[in-house]
Amino acid sequence: MNWINNFVRPKIRGLLTTKREIPDGQWITCPESGQMVFHKDLEANQFVVPGSGYHWRMTATQRLAHLFDGAEYDLIAVPSVTQDPLKFRDQRRYADRLKDAKAATEQDDAVLIAEGKLDGMTVVSAAQNFNFMAGSLGMAAGEAVITGMLRAVELGAPFILFAASGGARMQEGILSLMQMPRTTIAIQRLREAKLPYIVVLTDPTTGGVTASYAMLGDIHIAEPNALICFAGPRVIEQTIREQLPEGFQRSEYLLAHGMIDMVVHRHKLRETLARVARLLMAGVELRRAAEAKSGAAKKSNGKFYINGSGQTGVSAPEAPLSVPAPQPERTSLTVQPKPVQPKAPRT
Amino acid sequence: MRRRALLVKHTVTLSAQDALNAEAPLDQSTPSTQPVSPPSAVRAPIRTYCTFEKPIAELESKVNELKALTKAGGAVSITDEIKRLEQKAKAALVETYSKLTPWQKAEVARHPERPHSLDVIKVLIEDFTQLAGDRYFAEDAAIVGGIGRFRGRSVMVIGHEKGSDTESRIKHNFGMAMPDGYRKAVRLMEMADKFNLPVITLVDTAGAYPGIAAEERGQAEAIARSTDCCLALGVPIVSVILGEGGSGGAIAIATANRIIMLEHAIYSVISPEGAASIIWRDATKREEAATAMKITAQDLEHLNVIDEIVKEPVGGAHRDHASAIRALGDAVAAALAEFDGKTPAEVRKQRHDRFLEIGRSL
Repeated sequence: MNWINNFVRPKIRGLLTTKREIPDGQWITCPESGQMVFHKDLEANQFVVPGSGYHWRMTATQRLAHLFDGAEYDLIAVPSVTQDPLKFRDQRRYADRLKDAKAATEQDDAVLIAEGKLDGMTVVSAAQNFNFMAGSLGMAAGEAVITGMLRAVELGAPFILFAASGGARMQEGILSLMQMPRTTIAIQRLREAKLPYIVVLTDPTTGGVTASYAMLGDIHIAEPNALICFAGPRVIEQTIREQLPEGFQRSEYLLAHGMIDMVVHRHKLRETLARVARLLMAGVELRRAAEAKSGAAKKSNGKFYINGSGQTGVSAPEAPLSVPAPQPERTSLTVQPKPVQPKAPRT
Repeated sequence: MRRRALLVKHTVTLSAQDALNAEAPLDQSTPSTQPVSPPSAVRAPIRTYCTFEKPIAELESKVNELKALTKAGGAVSITDEIKRLEQKAKAALVETYSKLTPWQKAEVARHPERPHSLDVIKVLIEDFTQLAGDRYFAEDAAIVGGIGRFRGRSVMVIGHEKGSDTESRIKHNFGMAMPDGYRKAVRLMEMADKFNLPVITLVDTAGAYPGIAAEERGQAEAIARSTDCCLALGVPIVSVILGEGGSGGAIAIATANRIIMLEHAIYSVISPEGAASIIWRDATKREEAATAMKITAQDLEHLNVIDEIVKEPVGGAHRDHASAIRALGDAVAAALAEFDGKTPAEVRKQRHDRFLEIGRSL
């Protein structure tokens, strides 16, 4: 009976269990050069094929682990949203597809958000997992991006987003489209708090994600040869019925056309992010110190001003998600309140 | 530079024609074009019937035939017959339009004779002064805009324009905007903010144009900036979905304080055809896709994505522009009036709260 156990059992097991994407001990072929790489070597090289420099896609957890100091970070909980709001079904129920994606990725949805230290500096980050239904933007992913950005405002920290998405989650219909303005509102909160928002565009970033939060960063960094576009190459080919130029919609093309600031190799990514965040935050810290000084002075006069920001910077309470203003006590400066003549408010 | 501009212009025209070719097979299945006698002097009968309107088209053409006969012969007995047929046609119209399926609504929303932005502007906006250009690269006629007076108040109007005949459709690129169109919209919205003019946007697009030049100049960024600009304004924005609200190309100018939809308009993250071919992997499943995606005004009101539905005349807005546009004007005026006396911060806050609330209480 041994032969039956040895032959039939593994077959049945194979049918019942889903295969892992990259099983242990497997050699992987580079799609660019055809070179064979041992998966452990690939992982050790931050998923960049050593010879060809091909950047493999990374999952959200891999992204976060590579970003934060010592791969240590705290995941931020995302408020739960209605699952399957339209009770959508095509050949399969969307609810089932969601269940599968959750099981396969061990994530609740496509976006993970976390806080931790980058080169000693507190940062908040969001990473989009392409393996979760093509990283598509639905209600849960939108809520995650919003929560992450508001957390950054709360902490007075820079926000770093790794975009990877096929676009909107079509199974959520119009509600997925609504995530475009919704996430943009959170970006405006970051902007009002004058905190850096850095976008890392990875392969692929397309559709509604590109047409909203992925293209509204202060700084846009792309990984080499990533597909970054609004309409995908196939859609354009079908519309205009001609061959697309070589390298069209790739990172280097976007750099040449002024849409991104730089194309950075993954090995240099972490240090670039740390440098950029530190340089921008240096200015923010100085302003905080100055504001703490003048804020303390003005408070003693019972007046409060937003510095010269006219109509847009009005600090009227915005929306229910209460966002504390940048906290002056974070700076180590202590200031003696001294009376200052209040300026007449400009009208 | 000039040479480049010329070259680009050439490619744009070419691609517009390509789009026309590409749409040709679509047109056969969507509203089928049935030339029904040249427009008569009394009341121009509509020239295009939707596929589901076949019985109505037959009745109406019979009525027209009989009318022509009466004119020629003057036989008395047919007038009753004409009346009877007219009533039958009317009843069929009421019956059909009271229970349109989502896909049928898509056909109505795309009807070539449906009132488009310029038709609405012509009726509702006095002293309309069209403004052009994004000040960076080009003038994109797929989005039209300008200042004018709406029921006594100065306003900024911005809308997608699909065009009404072959020539104007090509000129307006079938309402599919390039990045330049969205950048123009941003320029006009910022101007409106500066001069404290409320903004009215008219949405009617299959989507932003998917092409090489559009991608080259940053279609995604242009849409994102336009949405961003809508959210930052201190003046009220009222959006009207006239026909098709096509995805990112629509939301770029539809992120408003109040969103109004015509009764048979549709608004969706992707066209039913697109969803059918991507999710179902079968382009013929568009009717199923239209239903599953919840694209009708009634569905969207239920989901709290839009605020108000404006009823269309029996048989759709394309059968009676005047009353459709009048009703639309009333709804816009009422929506704008709600923001009278509000500060910029209050107007902005209402808009932000409105969008953040979407989906939270489903």
